[in-house]
Amino acid sequence: MFEATELNIRNHKVERLWGLLFLLMTVLLILPVLVILGVLVYKGGPIISVDFLFTEPKDGMTAGGIFPALVGTIWLVAVALLASVPVGVAAALYLSEYAPDNWLTRMINLAIINLAGVPSIVHALFGVGAFVLFFRFGTSILAASLTLAIMTLPVVIVATRESLQAVPHAFREACWNMGASRWQTIRHVVLPNSISGILTGVILEVSRTAGETAPIMFTGAAFFLPFLPQSVFDQTMAMSLHLFVISTQVPGVPEAMPFGVALVLIGMVLAMNAVSIGFRMYLRGKKKW
Amino acid sequence: MGGVSAIIFIIGIFIFITKEGLPFLLGRFEIAEFFTSPRWRPTSEHNPTYGALALIAGTASVTGLAMLIAVPFSLGAAIYIGEFATGRTREILKVLVELLAAIPSVVWGFIGLSIMNPLIIKLFNVPVGLNVLNAGFILGLMAAPIMTTIAEDSLKAVPDTYREAAEAMGATRWQVILRVVIPAAKNGLVAAVLLGVGRGFGETMAVLMASGHSINLPTSIFDSVRALTATIAAELGETAVGSDHYRALFTLGIFLFLITFIINLTADLVVRGIRKK
Repeated sequence: MFEATELNIRNHKVERLWGLLFLLMTVLLILPVLVILGVLVYKGGPIISVDFLFTEPKDGMTAGGIFPALVGTIWLVAVALLASVPVGVAAALYLSEYAPDNWLTRMINLAIINLAGVPSIVHALFGVGAFVLFFRFGTSILAASLTLAIMTLPVVIVATRESLQAVPHAFREACWNMGASRWQTIRHVVLPNSISGILTGVILEVSRTAGETAPIMFTGAAFFLPFLPQSVFDQTMAMSLHLFVISTQVPGVPEAMPFGVALVLIGMVLAMNAVSIGFRMYLRGKKKW
Repeated sequence: MGGVSAIIFIIGIFIFITKEGLPFLLGRFEIAEFFTSPRWRPTSEHNPTYGALALIAGTASVTGLAMLIAVPFSLGAAIYIGEFATGRTREILKVLVELLAAIPSVVWGFIGLSIMNPLIIKLFNVPVGLNVLNAGFILGLMAAPIMTTIAEDSLKAVPDTYREAAEAMGATRWQVILRVVIPAAKNGLVAAVLLGVGRGFGETMAVLMASGHSINLPTSIFDSVRALTATIAAELGETAVGSDHYRALFTLGIFLFLITFIINLTADLVVRGIRKK
């Protein structure tokens, strides 16, 4: 009575077949990343040394290292974070803790989605129009970082809002019942319980910001600048633009060099991502509710 | 109030790019020329022309090919991760897809330039490897993670009771997916594809570096093309602030902004559609 009928067997086979097909698709999607990483390590690995990381480019960028670009990227990311994290966290707190479900909130959500969807080059145009020309920051770290900040704002808002909403509502109710105000509840219960999730989002934003090229091309990043920036009103080199420049604009660059730059850039980005992912898994394991 | 910052910024973006582009739109701009002429010659001394047709065709062909590659693979991957994979395999696959999303676009462009280019020349025996195929392939890989993630989310949003009900009727897992889960998640899947299209449309650096960047109405996937985004990125640095050419590039920006705005809006409406039911 419980023997498999022919139909059962056929169904089982069909199911296995589809499962395998989808697995194959997944693997084909992921495989290129591993191949790319492999090639970058193989071709760019040998050039990377302490010298490469900590000296200036020489001979029209065909020799020497990447130090100014490395420092420049750190400047850009740091200033962008200073601008976007407070605004992003405030926006997320408002949306998660205060906002009523009305048309304004819907508009805000729609604006966030659209902000995330605007092409990076349009952000660049905005940066030129607003920060470089209108606010007269000129092409500077400040203008480039503010452009990056607006571009990555949705990442901060979405990640923060998610970790705020992961704090159970009962925590808040318990606090309100003790007579705490809304802000006291946020300050002493909600934020301490979600700060690590917010940090994960910030780390993710750092990795996003470090890799962007188009938004900084015309707002603050320079092709070649052999010295380090002194203030936010200086221009700077950046890793991402440096990779673009030496792989397309400069003749006679030894082949290993752009591979080395790409490897360092992708290493920075993936390391940040790995930290963020690891952090998230650790948190999920630690959570008690 | 931090809450409205996003609205302020999105309006600000529109105002500032319009402010720079408007004098061109009101003056030199001819709608017929812009949409039907393939001649984008803003630097010509005697008779500069601003036809964006070839640029639109470039963007459309690259994005189209990218979607041909990315849509089946991302949906397949989403179904595998969401419905077949379990436990640790699932976590690992999700992390790998996230890593795919993390690779910066300039690195993708460099890969197109240094790895894909010689590969295409050798495999297909064509003179130039920087073409629609190269840029489309790379763009497909870039758009795939966002599509996979959103598609998987919408598969996950289908209540388990649906699956259990179908299984109780004797349906196999594949039948459940095909007849129950996918129809129920349809809107989310459509939104995933739309957002992927939006991502492809707006991509700049990778397309600039991998597409060949020559003005062309493509007739095959081995033709080099030039995209709207790439044109702005390549030319803005060489224009004088306030010149016709400079303002024409901002006009392209307005065009891109409006298109992505419409795509995002549509995706949002499609998703909202399922929530209302």
